[in-house]
Amino acid sequence: MLIRFWGTRGSIPAPLGHRAIRDKIREALLAARGRHLESLESIESFIEEDLPFSVGGTFGGNTSCVELVTGGDEYVLCDLGTGLREFGNRVLAKHGPARPHRFNVFLSHMHWDHIMGFPFFGPAYIPGNVIRIFGCHREMMEAFVRQQSHPCFPVDFRALSATIEFIELEPGRAYEIDGLAVQTIQQNHPSDSYGFRFSHEGKNVVFSTDCEHKFQILNDAYPFIEFFRAADVLIFDAQYSLADQISVKEDWGHSSNMIAVELAQLAGVKHLVMYHHEPVLDDRMLEKVLEETRHYAAMTATIRKLNVTSAYDGLEIVI
Amino acid sequence: MEIGEKHQGKIAVLAPAGRIDNETSPSFQAKLLDAVGNSDTAVLVDFSGVEYISSAGLRALMMASKKAKAAGTRLAVAALTPMVQEIFTISRFSLVVQVFETIAEATAALT
Repeated sequence: MLIRFWGTRGSIPAPLGHRAIRDKIREALLAARGRHLESLESIESFIEEDLPFSVGGTFGGNTSCVELVTGGDEYVLCDLGTGLREFGNRVLAKHGPARPHRFNVFLSHMHWDHIMGFPFFGPAYIPGNVIRIFGCHREMMEAFVRQQSHPCFPVDFRALSATIEFIELEPGRAYEIDGLAVQTIQQNHPSDSYGFRFSHEGKNVVFSTDCEHKFQILNDAYPFIEFFRAADVLIFDAQYSLADQISVKEDWGHSSNMIAVELAQLAGVKHLVMYHHEPVLDDRMLEKVLEETRHYAAMTATIRKLNVTSAYDGLEIVI
Repeated sequence: MEIGEKHQGKIAVLAPAGRIDNETSPSFQAKLLDAVGNSDTAVLVDFSGVEYISSAGLRALMMASKKAKAAGTRLAVAALTPMVQEIFTISRFSLVVQVFETIAEATAALT
């Protein structure tokens, strides 16, 4: 299975401005002083191996959208944030507009950062495409209609030419969808959100964004431990610091890097992917959070070492 | 867990020992909240004997901090061991709870 991240920010898109780009170029040129970078290969190698990711790359600014590639004929997505736009453009560029596709979307909840990409999803405008949106909220369609109607958007939702279906799932029940075994769990978030556990050919991926973990004591009785159990990849909302999560941002519905590590370790997760990045944090700050989180995971490791990554737009993980 | 308590003037000084984790954070929290409830000036937590603190322990500290603030008393920590100092940095707790390098500095500031 391949996991491809199209949008990893939370709350609101956070594009880079020209000043941030200039800062990266300056840092890269300073780092390149005295280096003989004559060939394209040497330049690529320098960027890849000698520049920190915050200089040579970016975590990106699109909001929540993750693709699961299982080798089946249908596309599988989690959430429809602004990352969806580039995903849709890639599908159309690769196959052209004439070929019909089926898209299976698993929607954590309808807050705008998780649905705001849909009005810009090219395939939704093309007849013959089928888009099935699975989620546990009864009001899913209402949210999409409201988002894409006068006066908020010039093209009404009902004018979209693809076949769009909203399928309500029951939290706690197991499903088989497009060759994937799917389970859901209700999560602590304003108006609720839902996490998804996907199993395919012995591999397990958990998509758990927008969840505030408020346990007093963490042990095996905490329901998320079983839901996360032995996941190959856990995609986890670590938007805030622990201090923020349990003070000024209490009840805002998000978690932290420390909670992420503690839950992942107790559940025996192999690879923790921090997700739903705070829009205020720039690339350098996110990189620092990643370094600190890896350090915390190493400090608290017991049996197995926990692999920790911070998701970025364009990241691909093969499991 | 073992949590020593003494008074330096009007400052209640708590001295937990060992790890503050899921097992021990309930007793740490209870002792801390009790001390904050009984103090009308300041509570200082001496971390020199603490080798590790988890999110549960930090959550207890935050609860005590909120209670202290509501009561108009002060809560501070001092003498963090290197690992605990790192955890305070990673969790950003050093931005929300007053941290002193030594007990002497803390008691001077809190008096």
